[in-house]
Amino acid sequence: MAPTSTTSLPVLQPEPATPTPPEYGRRQFLADVMRLSGGALVFIAGGTVADALAAVAGKPRGEAYSWDEHLYAYLIDTSKCIGCGSCVRACAAENKVPDGFYRTWIERYVIGMEQTHVDSPNGGKDGFGPVQVGFTATKSFFVPKMCNHCRATPCVQVCPVGASYRTKDGVVMVDTERCIGCAYCVQACPFGSRFISPVTHTAEKCTWCYHRVTKGLKPACVEVCPTGTRQFGDLKREDDPVRLAIARDRVEVLQGHLLTEPQCYYLHLDKEVR
Amino acid sequence: MTPEISGFSFPNDVHVWWSLMIVMYPYITGFVAGAFIVTSLYHLFGRTEFKPVARLAMATSFAFLLVASLPLQLHLGHPERGINVMITPHFTSAMAGFGILYSGYLAILVLEVWFVWRHEIILRARRTRGVKRAFYATLALGTYDTGPRALEVDHRAITLLAGIGLPGACMLHGYVGFIFGAIKANPWWSTPLMPVIFLMSAAVSGIALLMVLYQVVSKLRARAPDQPCVSALARWLWFFLILTITLELLEIIVMAYERSESWLIISELLTTRLQFSYVTMQMIVGGLIPLILLAVVVLMNRYLHERVRNTLSTVAAFLCLLQVFSMRWNIVVGGQLMSKSLRGLRSHYDPEVFGREGILMAITLFAAPFVILWVFDRVLGIEEPEAAAAAAPPARGEATEEGSIHAA
Repeated sequence: MAPTSTTSLPVLQPEPATPTPPEYGRRQFLADVMRLSGGALVFIAGGTVADALAAVAGKPRGEAYSWDEHLYAYLIDTSKCIGCGSCVRACAAENKVPDGFYRTWIERYVIGMEQTHVDSPNGGKDGFGPVQVGFTATKSFFVPKMCNHCRATPCVQVCPVGASYRTKDGVVMVDTERCIGCAYCVQACPFGSRFISPVTHTAEKCTWCYHRVTKGLKPACVEVCPTGTRQFGDLKREDDPVRLAIARDRVEVLQGHLLTEPQCYYLHLDKEVR
Repeated sequence: MTPEISGFSFPNDVHVWWSLMIVMYPYITGFVAGAFIVTSLYHLFGRTEFKPVARLAMATSFAFLLVASLPLQLHLGHPERGINVMITPHFTSAMAGFGILYSGYLAILVLEVWFVWRHEIILRARRTRGVKRAFYATLALGTYDTGPRALEVDHRAITLLAGIGLPGACMLHGYVGFIFGAIKANPWWSTPLMPVIFLMSAAVSGIALLMVLYQVVSKLRARAPDQPCVSALARWLWFFLILTITLELLEIIVMAYERSESWLIISELLTTRLQFSYVTMQMIVGGLIPLILLAVVVLMNRYLHERVRNTLSTVAAFLCLLQVFSMRWNIVVGGQLMSKSLRGLRSHYDPEVFGREGILMAITLFAAPFVILWVFDRVLGIEEPEAAAAAAPPARGEATEEGSIHAA
């Protein structure tokens, strides 16, 4: 999903607090011409009429969002997850994820001293029914998974046309207008977070609901999580609970040996989880 | 059609995104590199025994190169955007190098083909009339000098271009291996051996294809294949097959001996899902058997009757072609049957028959270079004129139809 680009448009700001001249003088005329031409530029450059009007009016639509002021991270406390699947359903509804594909999913681990059983029926979307394993289980837990929005991400590295990219605020995204659908990124992701959408025929993945977080909302999965398993935070805010947890608790990342620097951090991760 | 999963696969990891087309891509590119290696053995390394197939090898390399990018194009979700890989490449991507390597190598090969066939083009321009003459005159690019000094310049240009072309061909194909070998997410692909294995098996497939082509062409022209050439092809095929099989075995032996975390699932993959294509085809039918057949041809060369040598080498070459195809299949498809959870395998992948990425398309792609070769032969004549003239027995009119073009 491309970000809503209201903020990245070249918006001409009005002169700060200039005293309004008594009549419509030369100075005012020139300033207005400047604004109008700015609006025309935005319009010609492919902006909508509303964007152009906003540029003429000298103010952006909605709240100004600056990606320099944020750096997002995600925290998952596996000990809290109850496998209800609300997050998977919310994600599918929010992002119109095609059936059979998953931007996020939940895995169930049933572990004994000798054996491990893992499953994720329909990605956990419908919750989890009872399971019979052929061994004595000694522990069991759920692990929510999603794109790890890695800092050194192989998916962005391998994209031959630069359609996969990482935003300044730390979100890995795909430009569906540019993606050629070669699936190299799908192969390169060690976590199985990407797929080729049968609808758009381009790579698709979790965006941490970028369209929501840039408006100050939480990702849909975090919003609906009833147990606080999933938390979304901003590393640039000193008092952010996620930042504090990463700084002070013993956190783990998935497949750390691959050195992709995931930005999804896990609390209470078991060695069986990959 | 949902695949069956044994064990646990990540829910998005149950699709084979890289289809039959991505199996065809390295297969076809392999012929480009392999055939070029044979021409280089003649043009660069002075292996004169390859003279009878040198021009055929260059034309083969050229014909396969023309279709090499098609399977990639066909596999894209948005083929209409495929050109962006060339015009707006993202250089951290291994795939972005394709545009440069492909077009660079194409330029070198076109130049070399021109120099090798220049004399022939001029001869044809001189003896034809009308549109044909205009066509050959255009191909001649305005120079009609066939004096000894000009031919000497041609010869030097060919040597120089072969000198650039050989590393170019090696890079073009080594790079295909790199595309897989540099994916750290997939332990079945991720090994520095991968480009080397691809390169060696490219040499195998190229030489094997030339062996088969040479026998077929000789049959069509009712002429006995040149035996020193057949022996030399067999010897080099044997050499590259030994290297290929050794490297392919080394790859899994190292994994097994290291007891790497992925070995458990890879061994299951090889012995269950890929049992037929890996153990039976790649290792036994396409590996061990031609290894023995070629050993017979090479070690007992002196004692072999011509027909026995031809038959043994052709059968071995044909099996080698199967070996290399199986190897491409096992890498490309095998790597996707295994989930990156390293806990699960999906069921077999059966490519569609019709459709953009189907079996019919793959057959068409494989057949296309032979059609190009046929056209090439009609337009420029693949055989050297003097060889054709010398070898074409004038008594057998119908069998030497092709040869008579050059002899005329």
